[in-house]
Amino acid sequence: MATDPIHQFQIQKLVPIEIGGLDFSFTNSSLFMALTVAGASAFLILSTRGRGLVPTRWQSAAEMTYEFVASTLRDSAGSEGMRFFPFVFSLFMFILVANLWGMFPYFFTVTSHIAITAAMSMAVILTVIVYGLWRNKLRFFKLFVPSGVPKVLLPFITLIEILSFISRPISLSIRLFANMLAGHITLKVFAGFVVTLSSLGFVGILGAILPLVAAVALTALEFLVAALQAYVFAILTSLYLNDAIHPGH
Amino acid sequence: MEAEAAKFLGAGIACIGMGTAGIGLGHIFGNYLAGAIRNPAAADGQFGRLIFGFAVTEALGIFSLLVALILLFG
Repeated sequence: MATDPIHQFQIQKLVPIEIGGLDFSFTNSSLFMALTVAGASAFLILSTRGRGLVPTRWQSAAEMTYEFVASTLRDSAGSEGMRFFPFVFSLFMFILVANLWGMFPYFFTVTSHIAITAAMSMAVILTVIVYGLWRNKLRFFKLFVPSGVPKVLLPFITLIEILSFISRPISLSIRLFANMLAGHITLKVFAGFVVTLSSLGFVGILGAILPLVAAVALTALEFLVAALQAYVFAILTSLYLNDAIHPGH
Repeated sequence: MEAEAAKFLGAGIACIGMGTAGIGLGHIFGNYLAGAIRNPAAADGQFGRLIFGFAVTEALGIFSLLVALILLFG
């Protein structure tokens, strides 16, 4: 049993599969992504199976989740943005359930790898660019030229706006990845303190109560961060989609 | 100076970034509380924006932590 905080992020091949020299193994990451899809689908499908006009508690929870994401997207991107609702809702549910699965002891946190979060972030930015160009043709580049700017400053402002647009996929992916990574490393570090202190005799065991309380508090914080990061990813996606649909500030 | 020592020093300096992110967060929540005490009825309507502002500011502090972790463990 490893006691360093980095060991939890190692990818382990559960079922090694190789096709044409490429590695398609079923890893612990794949297992938990499958569990994420299964968990989200089970929650949504089984809760709403009764289709009661007066909802049960589970159905109410599913409906509140739907309404939460729908109102976020509608407020940010307008009624035209609702065509992206399946995309945004899928992102929200995937990130939320993946983060929550990672909170169980010994389970793997899918979103703590930059590969996963960068793929989702690239999907969002490519959707923004492709839909923005297809829908608005060249008016899309009005995004980088805000109105009401003196002509003298225009080149500099445009350059800064372009750089800020390029930083969007980077910050979107790294925000989720770093939050999950940092949170889980901190949890394991405090857990390691409990073990190290307990090995120092009776006084050590008394002292080990402090990092234990800290670990409990951090776990509560991690649950909050798990839900919060899913919400922030969804709302930023909605805002970027609004830029694609209605370019120009 | 050896590379190992420089890495530890860099990780310590990166913690300054986390401190400044803390200042920003205190600013956001302080302003929210000041407004909420003046106009409690309007406070709940802005709670979503508060949480969003918290998350994007916290992100920069976490980027700084990421730099420190990469220096220590990468």
